[in-house]
Formats: sequence, C-alpha cells, structure tokens
Amino acid sequence: MTTEQFEPEIIAFCCEYCSYAAADLAGSIRMSYPPNIKVILVPCSGRVDPVYLLHALEQGADGVYVTGCMEGDCHFLTGNLKAKKRVAYVRKMLDEIGIEQDRVQMFNIAASDAPEFARVAKMMTEKIRALGPNPMKKNVPSRPAQGISGP
Amino acid sequence: MKAETNLQKILARGTFAVTCEINPPRGTKVDAVRENAAGFKGKVDAVNVSDNATASVRMSSWAVSKILLDAGIEPVLHMVTRDRNRIALQSDLLGASALGIQNVLCLTGDHPARGDHPEAKKVFDLDAVQWIAAVKQIRDQGTLMNGEKISGDPGFFIGAVANPFVRSLELHILRLQKKIVAGAEFIQTQPVLDMEHFKAWLNQAIAEGLTDRCPIIAGVIALKSAAIAEDLRHSVPGMMIPDSVIERLSAVPEDQQLDEGIKMCVEKIQTLRETGGVGGVHIRAPGCEEKLPEIVEKAGLLPRPDVS
Amino acid sequence: MIIAEHKPMKELLAMIEGFNNILMVGCKGCVTVCNAGGSKEVAILSAALRIARRRQDKPVTIDEFTLDRQCEPEFISWLDEQVKKKKYDAIMSLACSIGPQYIAEAFETVVVLPGLNTGFMGGTIEHGIWGEFCAGCGDCVIQDFGGLCPITRCAKGLLNGPCSGSVDGKCEVNKDMDCIWELIYERMKNLGQVDRLAEMIGAKDWSTSLSGGPRKIIREDLTL
Repeated sequence: MTTEQFEPEIIAFCCEYCSYAAADLAGSIRMSYPPNIKVILVPCSGRVDPVYLLHALEQGADGVYVTGCMEGDCHFLTGNLKAKKRVAYVRKMLDEIGIEQDRVQMFNIAASDAPEFARVAKMMTEKIRALGPNPMKKNVPSRPAQGISGP
Repeated sequence: MKAETNLQKILARGTFAVTCEINPPRGTKVDAVRENAAGFKGKVDAVNVSDNATASVRMSSWAVSKILLDAGIEPVLHMVTRDRNRIALQSDLLGASALGIQNVLCLTGDHPARGDHPEAKKVFDLDAVQWIAAVKQIRDQGTLMNGEKISGDPGFFIGAVANPFVRSLELHILRLQKKIVAGAEFIQTQPVLDMEHFKAWLNQAIAEGLTDRCPIIAGVIALKSAAIAEDLRHSVPGMMIPDSVIERLSAVPEDQQLDEGIKMCVEKIQTLRETGGVGGVHIRAPGCEEKLPEIVEKAGLLPRPDVS
Repeated sequence: MIIAEHKPMKELLAMIEGFNNILMVGCKGCVTVCNAGGSKEVAILSAALRIARRRQDKPVTIDEFTLDRQCEPEFISWLDEQVKKKKYDAIMSLACSIGPQYIAEAFETVVVLPGLNTGFMGGTIEHGIWGEFCAGCGDCVIQDFGGLCPITRCAKGLLNGPCSGSVDGKCEVNKDMDCIWELIYERMKNLGQVDRLAEMIGAKDWSTSLSGGPRKIIREDLTL
C-alpha cells in the first residue's frame, strides 16, 4: 500500500474540561478536521494510564495522542502534568523496543481553542501518515492476551 | 612493647617534626621509589607510604615501606580499612612488624566509588577508630581482637588522620578525641591551605586539651601547577584548595608554576612553625616528590636531629 | 518494603528470546507500592514486550496474573492449574527476587525469569522516589545514632563517623547525598546525647548479617 493511500487510524484521549470541549466547539462551528481521529473522552488527561497507550498500539492504532488542559489550568490541578510524564515514559519505552516514539504524543489545548484542536488533528494525521502503518498491523489480535482467572 | 621510632622520639622531644608522603607505583617497577628514598635520607623524620590512595590500585603499602626501610628510611605504613577485613588487617600488621615496620597510620580510606575500580566490593569491616583500638590491643596486651595471645612483642607508633576543613567542628573534634582515646599517638592532617579554617579547628583541639595528649602534624602540599591543583580539588576527597591558591599559580607562566608551588609550600611551613599547637609538618608533593629535599631545605628545617 | 525496578527493555527482550508462551506474574506487595511489579506494571510490560516481539515478527503470548504476594508458597500454588493447562515455556516474575525463586521451586520444569532488579529495603521519600534505609545487619542499634542507621546510610558504613571526606555536610561519594553523620549529629544534639558521640562504638559482629550466610528466623511458638 503506498503512503498516499494509507489512512492512519489515530486514537485521541481528550480530557472533558478542556480539549474535548475544544473538539466539541470545532464541530459546532463546522471547523473540519480529519476523520482519522477517533476521540475517546476521559474526565481528565491524568486518567490516561500508560497501558491504554500501549494497548491502543497493540490493537493496531497507527498513532495515539493525549490532549489535556493548558498547564496550570487543569481542572484536577495536576492531572495534565501526570499525563505529560506518563506519555514521556511510554515514548521512551517505545524507543527501547523499536517503535517510533512520535506515534505517541501529548498536547495541551484550551476549551475555547477549537482551531488548535483541528490543527493538532491535521498535524498528527500527516505525521503518522508519513511514519507509515503500525509495524504490527500484520498480526493484530482481536484483543490483547487475557489475564488468567484467580481463585 | 612501646616502639621507639625516629618519628616518635622527635615528637617526644617536642622538636618540630617533618614527614613526607609517597604513593607506591602502579606496577612492579620500584626504581623511582629507591631514587626518591636516596633523596629523602636525612631530610625528613619519616616517610608515609599510602595504601591504595583514592581507592586506586598501587603496589601494597607494606611492600614499599620495606623497600624504604632497606634504603635506610623510616616508613609510616598507611593501613586503610576499606579493602581488608579484620582478619587480613591484623595479619598484615603482624607481617609488617616482622619486616621491621613500626609507624602505622590507621585510616578508613577513600570510597571505592571514587577510585579506579568502582565496581569493587567495599569492605569497611572496621572503621579507623576501631582499627586504632585493635592495633593498640595487639601492642599493649599482646592479643588479637578476639583476645587470643600472639607470639612476639611487636612495637607500634600509632597514627591517625584528621581533616580540619569540615562543617561541624564539634562533631569532628569529638571524633579526633575518640581516635586519641582509642590509642592514636600522632595525627597528620589534610593539606592546610586555608589558615583561618585550620586555626579554628586547631584552637578547638587545643581547648579540649587534645594537642597535649597527641601531637598534630599539619599537612602541607607543593602544587606542581594550577592544572594539577584544579584536578586534585575534584579527584581527592577531603582536599580543600581555595580559589586564591589556584589564582596565584595561574598568574605565573606555566614553566614557573612548580617553583611558585614550592614557594607557597615553604611559606606555609614557616607559618605553621610559628603557630602554637602544631607539632610538625607533613609534606606532600604529588608528581614532584624529587623536590621534597629542596622544600625542606628552603623551609629551614635542616638539619634533622639525630635521635638514635 | 523491598524496592525494585524493572530491568531495561533490552535485557527483558534478551531474556525471553526463544520463549513463545509466557506467563507474567505480578505481586500486590512491595513492588506494587514502588510501582515496579504490580498488576499495572504487569499490564504495561507485557504489552510492551508483545509489541516488541511482533515488531520483530516473532510474536509471543504473554498471559498476565498478579498474586497477593509471591513470598508465600500457598499463594504460588494458585498458579498450579493454569501452568499445567497452558504449558508455559517460561514464567516471568515481577516480584522481588524472592518471587522467582519461590516460583522456580514450585514449578521445577518451567524456566523462571526475574523481570525486576531487586534493589534494597527502604521506604518512600516522595512520590516516585524511594531510598535505602536498612541493610539487614541483623543487630539493630540505631538507638545509638539518634534513630538513624549509619551502616546503611553512610557510604562507608562507619560506626564512628564521619570520615575526612565529609565536606560541607555532603558525602564524598555523591555530592547529592547528605553525610548521614552530620544528620546523626543534629539529631543527637536535639536529644541531648552529643556526649555519647565521644564514646567509641566497638567493632561490629557481622556474623548476624548476610556475611554469615543466608539467614533464617524461627519462631518455635508458631511452628506446628
């Protein structure tokens, strides 16, 4: 498949108080952004656990990003700072296992900043398109390996 | 048996003592040791031989001490507790005694992390204070640390070190006192470059009556160059070299820095001679040990008394 | 608690080379508290390893499970059924080193791999930072040092410290480390015990520590 035909599938974890509001606003004012972005609402970017980012990639997402409030404006005070560190942790881990770090990123978007939401969506779509499909696309399991049942 | 070493007799008489220090070679070639030894004869009262200083492998201190003895020089054997447990320390002490070595400097030693084999396992079975007590026990009671009697009647003149350039004066003076109570009979300090700081420590030691019980031999250092001084600052734990010293050396062209370093060392010796409570000087000349005789002469410390 | 951290990814990948059906077992004890081997960390590391292996075109199955503790044979036995059923060719333990050793004893024919580097006995300093506080010498005398342990927290383990390398209140080994002897001094001043610092603490009997070999503690009143 050539890169022009490749349509990346990108998951975006968006925090309710700021970035999801921005996404909503973009929609309301008919500001377009690529359909490649699948938004998942979280109450706070600090809700995002590193394992969500890894599972997203494991299940075939070509890219995944987290959007939170502007630093200093997090509704839960430090959720976006925690998310920033967790995203950095996952990026480093990806680098150590041979996956491009840039498939995972974090952005800070204010509630009223619909244009920024659209810009990030467009930018990430093009960035991931350039990186190419998730290297594991060939062997995508229907769901990750399950835990075994305990007593 | 009380040792009656040259250094001991000089200090006992109240004469201003002069000692210097050498680092054993990193290898088996001992020519430089023998050459320097020839130069030291009659110029100093005893020569310290370091024990894997800065936790870096060198020929063993007792081996080089024996070489000095054979060359007619009285050694001061350094024994650090970093590398050997109490079994090995006592064993080496007995061996050193059999070889004729009697001055023993007991110290903890620099941490392996700062040395050339940072992955080595640290020992520190004992610390300096406990080791001083153990050496005293071997000498005065003729027993090992476990109470068992030894054969022979070894004599030791026990020394310890002190660093006057520390933050909590009371804490370090208490430790100095502990060493003296444990059995230290002479103290050698880190090189004195900051007189004010040194005097604060010394005056406290005098006030506690420690200098009456145990002579303090102040360290001095001949810095070969500003570059060496800068390097020593960072590489040797406890070495305190003020900016003014580096500046003074840097102000002089490189080929004259050694002479300036010697000049500064001589000046310091003269100052210390006039300072009450100082029992002697311990001269270090890293990288220029051959200049030691010149330093001693310029400082007006010759001739050394013959106390045999 | 026991503080550990997971081995570098490169090392973990090298360890699982050649194994295709792995069970990763976490522990809800100490390693959960220090974020090294709890159920979350099992999920993260197993996902990362699966991703890495698929990237190499050598997919691996890594099942995930977390036991209450791995330092208890009874809890290890909860793995019995699954291990027999799934016939894993390796079990990676994310507990401290006690875990993999217990698992190895329970499953003699399965390769057991330690996923963590076990560090030390310590506690939380702040979120995400843990420090070493106890070296397990077997004969605790911290009351002689104002409640601080110089064996663990003095780089040289001095009982009659500080050493000459203690400059500006910092340890000669690491300028970011406080000289514990300065801290002991401050505490003993607060306790009015400074005069005790003048008394020599004698040589330690190390035979109660690991130096004397691996130790056991037996409570006769509790054995059946």
